[in-house]
Amino acid sequence: MATKFVKNAVGRMIPEEINGKPVIPFQGVHGYITEGARYAPPLPSCANYPKDGNKLVKDLKTALKESGIKSGMTISTHHHFRNGDLIANQIFQAASEMGLKDLVWFPSASFPCHEPMIEYLEDGTIHHIEGSMNGPLGRFASLGKMKGTGVLRSHGGRYQSVQDGEVVIDIAIIAAPTADPFGNANGLTGDSACGLLGFALGDSQYAHKVIVVTDNLVPFPCIPWQIQGNYVDYVVEIGQIGIPEKIISGTTRITRSPDRLFIADLTAKFCDEVGIIKDGFSFQAGAGGTSLAIGNYFGEIMREKGIKARFARGGSNQYLVDMLEEGLIDYILDGQTFDLAGVKSMRENPNHVNTSPFTSYNYHGKGNFAGLVDVVILGATEVDVNYNANVVTHSDGLLLHGIGGWQNCLFSKTVILPIPLFRDRIPIIRDEVTTICGPGELIDVIVTERGIAINPRRKDLLEKTRNSKLPIMTIEELKEEGEKICGVPEPVEFGERVIAAIKWVDGTVIDVVRQVLE
Amino acid sequence: MAQIGTAGNQGPGIRSDCHITLELKNNGGIKINLTSKVDALYKKSIQDLATQILDFFRVEHAVLDINDRGALPFVLAARIEAAIKQVLETDAEFWLDLIPENKYQTEKDKTRRSRLYLPGNSPKLMLNAGIHQPDAVILDLEDSVAVDKKEEARLIVRNALRAINFYGAERMVRINQLPMGLEDLEHVVPHHVNLVLIPKCESAEQVLSVDQKITQILTEKQLNYPVYIMPIIESALGVIKAFEIASASQRVAALSIGLEDYTADLGTSRTLEGRESFFARNQLVNAAKAVGIQAIDSVFSDIADMDALRIVVLESKSLGFDGMGCIHPRQIKVIHGAFAPSEAEIEKAKKIVIAFEEATDKGLGVVSLGSKMIDPPVVKRALKTIAVALETGLLPEDWKEQIQK
Repeated sequence: MATKFVKNAVGRMIPEEINGKPVIPFQGVHGYITEGARYAPPLPSCANYPKDGNKLVKDLKTALKESGIKSGMTISTHHHFRNGDLIANQIFQAASEMGLKDLVWFPSASFPCHEPMIEYLEDGTIHHIEGSMNGPLGRFASLGKMKGTGVLRSHGGRYQSVQDGEVVIDIAIIAAPTADPFGNANGLTGDSACGLLGFALGDSQYAHKVIVVTDNLVPFPCIPWQIQGNYVDYVVEIGQIGIPEKIISGTTRITRSPDRLFIADLTAKFCDEVGIIKDGFSFQAGAGGTSLAIGNYFGEIMREKGIKARFARGGSNQYLVDMLEEGLIDYILDGQTFDLAGVKSMRENPNHVNTSPFTSYNYHGKGNFAGLVDVVILGATEVDVNYNANVVTHSDGLLLHGIGGWQNCLFSKTVILPIPLFRDRIPIIRDEVTTICGPGELIDVIVTERGIAINPRRKDLLEKTRNSKLPIMTIEELKEEGEKICGVPEPVEFGERVIAAIKWVDGTVIDVVRQVLE
Repeated sequence: MAQIGTAGNQGPGIRSDCHITLELKNNGGIKINLTSKVDALYKKSIQDLATQILDFFRVEHAVLDINDRGALPFVLAARIEAAIKQVLETDAEFWLDLIPENKYQTEKDKTRRSRLYLPGNSPKLMLNAGIHQPDAVILDLEDSVAVDKKEEARLIVRNALRAINFYGAERMVRINQLPMGLEDLEHVVPHHVNLVLIPKCESAEQVLSVDQKITQILTEKQLNYPVYIMPIIESALGVIKAFEIASASQRVAALSIGLEDYTADLGTSRTLEGRESFFARNQLVNAAKAVGIQAIDSVFSDIADMDALRIVVLESKSLGFDGMGCIHPRQIKVIHGAFAPSEAEIEKAKKIVIAFEEATDKGLGVVSLGSKMIDPPVVKRALKTIAVALETGLLPEDWKEQIQK
């Protein structure tokens, strides 16, 4: 029977079913409110656990067996080691050796280091991935080679799906830089320190079985316990869990490109001119060379004005830490550390606070931190004339990036996307984006090297820049400028098959990604 | 002639460029093999452009391999034409439309604080050069282009002059040393170039031959826009002849100095303090000012050291230079900042301009400030200082009203 498609609130055609589960189409921002109770995992009893608190088993494979791993289960991992993760590949290698099939991998993000997973996707060990698919995995999925359909969620959306039971994690494997035999764990200390374990927090609370894997086993108690041993079933000690130096990916250094620095400078000037940069303000500059440069320019402006920010949201890095230490920022509220300076600061500075997607992004929270942030700087692969933006696919349709915290950050007071007007020959402003990840009503300003477009909904910003010398243009004018340089792009043809679903923060589907034809 | 022509750049680091191989055949018609990182969006557009160019040059049987890394149409067109010209004897030229934004002219005494060098065979660096708002861009055909790429670079530079919007920057081209440079002129003068730089200039005759060639091309093509000349003095002999070079033609708008070659010619090396070139720089400034044109300083080559650059520019300004070359966009802001008028200069200029306007209102022929007479060149300079101060935001638009208050 052919799948039926329905049109969602942003006009995209969405299948009624994905991976055999019913789909709820996107119903507008805050258009979908869930009812009922939180999901709960089976109730454990301490009587069933070792009296001496020693949950050590001899290796990962044993822990998986003891956890009752079987075909079809959902297995979760976290991405605090970013491109330096050594555990996820080992889990599925073990599963493949055990002859298991049709597992669902539920990572908080994947990286190019996970390219070996292609083998397990091909041999049927993994049915599909629910999480970001970066680089090689995204290409594999885009070409329609993954058995099931990928599901991409934001960091907050991942927590939402776990909390409302949309995703049931059978086994969570938490790589922890330090742990004790009871399962208490943290990311702050040990040779593989990665800062925090916030992305694994929900997994520890909601998974049926939880395995902590560490390369730095300490006697009880492991302090602080970012992950509580009371949630943990088994502890495994191995040689090395991750390469902390590889936490630093290419996107966590300030760009040296003069063109991108120009955009960063223009963005900072815009923020200053419309009055965002004032004493006690707050900001979040995401990963990405341009965003980091903007944070740096914010610092210069604050120094000049003699003001400071009340808080900055991480990912943290050397630049943000320097600002904290200089006293330009009171607090860093950090979801992930992007470099080792961030790790060290989180360990030593009480004003550098670790947060999980529950604290910052969760749809089922009683309030939303994101809305307290004055300005957030994000990237995008494309934006359309209605300010809808794409962050996961390229214009040729290849799925190459994850959503990360991007969707969640859209709820901040002002959302700015600083992006080049064209990359190589690809214009960034389109009539329609290839994939809608964020609805235009939440996106306020597009800053390019050739002009700044303000969403007409933001009458306040338009008013404040009415007599400005900044190059304010309409988004249509920007699009025209890009097409004048690059030429008008030809329509792209895609295959029929839906290879991935893009979830909105509330669990509805905002768009799907179709197969790219070879 | 060869049967196979190749042009362009390839390799993993290459972006916004392409590589072309064209093999002429005796039969079989045209076959285009396109590999492109943007083919999902521009496959047809690239094929159409290639077909159009092959038709234009009447190529009937050939295999054209295009390995595209996101090149813009003006780059593709230049590369394909370059490959064709290696296998075909032709004087024809495939011109893209000249964008209307590029039809501007510049004034002889235009502000020329910064001019950004752009290697003539590296189109990627040209695309966004204008957004950094240098006073000028220099599309370079000389030292930054390998000897075997000179022909290709001419076509890239020609197409860049026609197709890239430099957002008001004066569009300069550095030609090769003469006599090759005279041939370069054929490829740049008809395309609204504003100024031509003559490298390693050592005589008035060289300037004159460039001047005559420019006039000849403009006349032949029935074009009438100003094309200025900026000789670059880069040798001991050039320094000695600075005055005759500066006064050789009405087209000469500025004299520039190239210190890398000059210090090599002296048998010394360039230092940060620049004592070895003190004489040359003074001589050059003096020669330029004697003719009433601008003096432009050499480039500063350490692109990471902005503090040192600032010191060098301030000294440059104090010696009487009006501008300086840049080899990286980051240098532009520093150079503009250092060449900007100082607070004291602005204050003085404000008084002179107000006195001048009062005198004009009253119909007085002579401007005076207190008991001092102000000469016309001083007034002119003050007007310019105010214009630059306004342009760079050092002075508010309503400065006169503020004084009245």
